[in-house]
Amino acid sequence: MVVLRRGEVVVKAHSLRDDVEALRPRLRATASAALAGIMLAPLEPEVLSVAGRAVTVWPAGRPIRQDETDSAPWEEGARLLARLHAVPLTLLPALPPAGGPARAARAVRRMTGDGPVEQLVRRAFAELPAPERLPALATHGDWHLGQLVRRDRWLLIDVDDLGVGDPAWDLARPAAWYAAGLLEPAVWDRFLGAYQASGGPALGAGQDPWQRLDLPARALTVQLAAVAVVNAARESRELDEVEHSLVESCNRIVRA
Amino acid sequence: MQCPKCRGNMRTYERNGVHIEQCDGCRGIFLDYGELETLSRMESAYHATPPPPAPGPAWGAPQHHGGHGGHYGHKRQRSWVNQLFST
Repeated sequence: MVVLRRGEVVVKAHSLRDDVEALRPRLRATASAALAGIMLAPLEPEVLSVAGRAVTVWPAGRPIRQDETDSAPWEEGARLLARLHAVPLTLLPALPPAGGPARAARAVRRMTGDGPVEQLVRRAFAELPAPERLPALATHGDWHLGQLVRRDRWLLIDVDDLGVGDPAWDLARPAAWYAAGLLEPAVWDRFLGAYQASGGPALGAGQDPWQRLDLPARALTVQLAAVAVVNAARESRELDEVEHSLVESCNRIVRA
Repeated sequence: MQCPKCRGNMRTYERNGVHIEQCDGCRGIFLDYGELETLSRMESAYHATPPPPAPGPAWGAPQHHGGHGGHYGHKRQRSWVNQLFST
């Protein structure tokens, strides 16, 4: 995947791995009135093809700078997710499944080594419980702070994993960070509180939010640990402390 | 034992250490000395300790259970910032 910006236009050449037929309805969904003000709308609602690569065209927005994390708009991200999850699917083109679960599986498959850490991560993945119920709502599929840009307001970006799924997966990455002791509890509370106050449907009403967060947060913990293992192997280094805390989380998961 | 109200037969049940006599006829309940107080005590204990809201998963890092763990001191670490922004 390659992203190029020129002036006010951003061109994204999608990965050759991506399924173009799945990308088309995703792109049309972001161009639809139902997602206006929630997701960044493309400049061109159809997927273009350049030298065999699928290409999409977007207006430029300002991302969160990496030195702005202390003032990151967690609440705004949560509110946008709550609004996305509440969009009736009947107002959108028929969407493929959201990409979250496939992403977790892919991350685990990319680990090539077979040391104790890889074995632990694979075991935590293999032992994930089957979902008891599968809500089917509009779901971003890969949410993190890099998926917010500001134009006249904050908007969600990245169509590649948008689809029909369990919206709790969109909250699962911050949930995994929180459970790993990485995300400060106060920040997690702000994020979760803003989601619930906006009527976000992912976690049920009045229940323990972790009933529905538990499985996707486990899956994201496994995914993040697997990505860390792959990155460390590629760079021929040990896991750093942040990455190690995700492996520790996997260890607690298999013992829970 | 006979029911003091309708003279029906009273049957003995035990619930959480409290003996209860209940009449098969009028369903009236007879408590022994001190048992009403025991029931009241159990009731107020039930209402006084609502289950605490679970602040995290069973497998969460130890600070979720009142400890002082966590890695927040490293929040400016590049690795953590990369986590926040990368897929």
